Amino acid sequence: MTMAIAGDDLKETPSQTAGPYVHVGLAPGAAGFKMYDQELGQDIAGPNADGARIRVVGRVLDGDGAAVKDVMIELWQANAHGRYAHPAGGGAVEPGFRGWGRVTPDFETGQWAFDTVKPGAVDGQAPHISFWLVARGINIGLHTRMYFNDDVMAHAADPVLASLAPASRRSTLIASRTEPEGGLVYRFDIRLQGDDETVFFDV
Amino acid sequence: MPKPGDFMPRDHAWQPPALTPDYRTSVARSPRLALHPVQNTLSELIGPVFDGSDVGALDHDLLRNFARPGESPIGERICLQGRVSDENGRPVAHSLVELWQANAGGRYRHVNDSYLAPIDPNFSGCGRTVTDAEGAYSFHTVKPGAYPWQNWSPHWRPAHIHLSLFGAGMAQRLITQCYFEGDPLIAKCPIVNAVPGQVARDRLVATLDLDASVPFDHTVYRFDIVLRGRRATRFENRPEGA
Repeated sequence: MTMAIAGDDLKETPSQTAGPYVHVGLAPGAAGFKMYDQELGQDIAGPNADGARIRVVGRVLDGDGAAVKDVMIELWQANAHGRYAHPAGGGAVEPGFRGWGRVTPDFETGQWAFDTVKPGAVDGQAPHISFWLVARGINIGLHTRMYFNDDVMAHAADPVLASLAPASRRSTLIASRTEPEGGLVYRFDIRLQGDDETVFFDV
Repeated sequence: MPKPGDFMPRDHAWQPPALTPDYRTSVARSPRLALHPVQNTLSELIGPVFDGSDVGALDHDLLRNFARPGESPIGERICLQGRVSDENGRPVAHSLVELWQANAGGRYRHVNDSYLAPIDPNFSGCGRTVTDAEGAYSFHTVKPGAYPWQNWSPHWRPAHIHLSLFGAGMAQRLITQCYFEGDPLIAKCPIVNAVPGQVARDRLVATLDLDASVPFDHTVYRFDIVLRGRRATRFENRPEGA
């Protein structure tokens, strides 16, 4: 059924900042109270997902180099076989795999971390995790992507990375693997402005 | 299921720019380089799927979802309702809508909010629902209070409710704020005024629908929401996400 609205009423609703208290609605545990038995977005891959278990850590930094401690990040990724948990996502995924999550930093340090599986290549693209950032002072949510520094060959063929000029900006999207005891950890810092400003996409 | 169609480009002259100097926090948090345009890929064309099993029966009712037995939050009881459609006028059906707000005194239930107005023990300020087949949503809540904040100088936020919307693809993801018809603080707010045009700003104001109010219980405010639409309109009458 098509709705009878016309003109400017058919333009996208204007965005407004999520503000400093975004967690009240989207991550109430972080805001300091228990609202739901299971908050949405807290389990990205689920217990049955195939592939390498990884942890991603990082910070979001503002133009003064200060950590954005009230940011809320959403993630969206394919499973290890390059399929999204969606009817058009390329096929069935493991039970419990949603490939979507919400991450909030430690309010004191601005450090955040999340656990998932490493995604596979999807739709001709190198393995990547899509990020969407909102916070106080961000008027409209920012879309970016994280790639993995152990997929160098795949990066050369990735159409999104290839479209970036100068090529030096690609490095802002590539997480660095570290090997602490007993795990696969990638570090991905996001810079909102300044030298090495992260690439944000007009999707 | 075939790959869904591309989204129409976002109108950045209509949406707020990243840098709005009158809103102080945007100065250090705004990217200074142009957004990089990309052809939509599957990663942006689709997004997480939610259904009724993700949402509890009282999640949309802030009068009850945190209240102690037999009690109720303090404040003006309202129903906020509207429809979510896309830029093609199609309903955005079965889509997650989340909401957060201050209580009637202007205080958030948040560890970082230290405003002197008290926490309401019966009010979470948090709710969620899924749109129906026609894109309609409805929340029961109390009207939030205005509250002070530090901008370049001390300021007051107009009463507002934050809304988070998904649509069917990550490129449609949107967070906005809904204000209330007649509030004199709206026109003075640097966050409202981050949106460049008056016609666009007016779209953020919920209107009182007195005829729909329930006598001796609550008033109704209407707030319709539009998400980005896809280019391919071959299935004109198919609801978004169906």
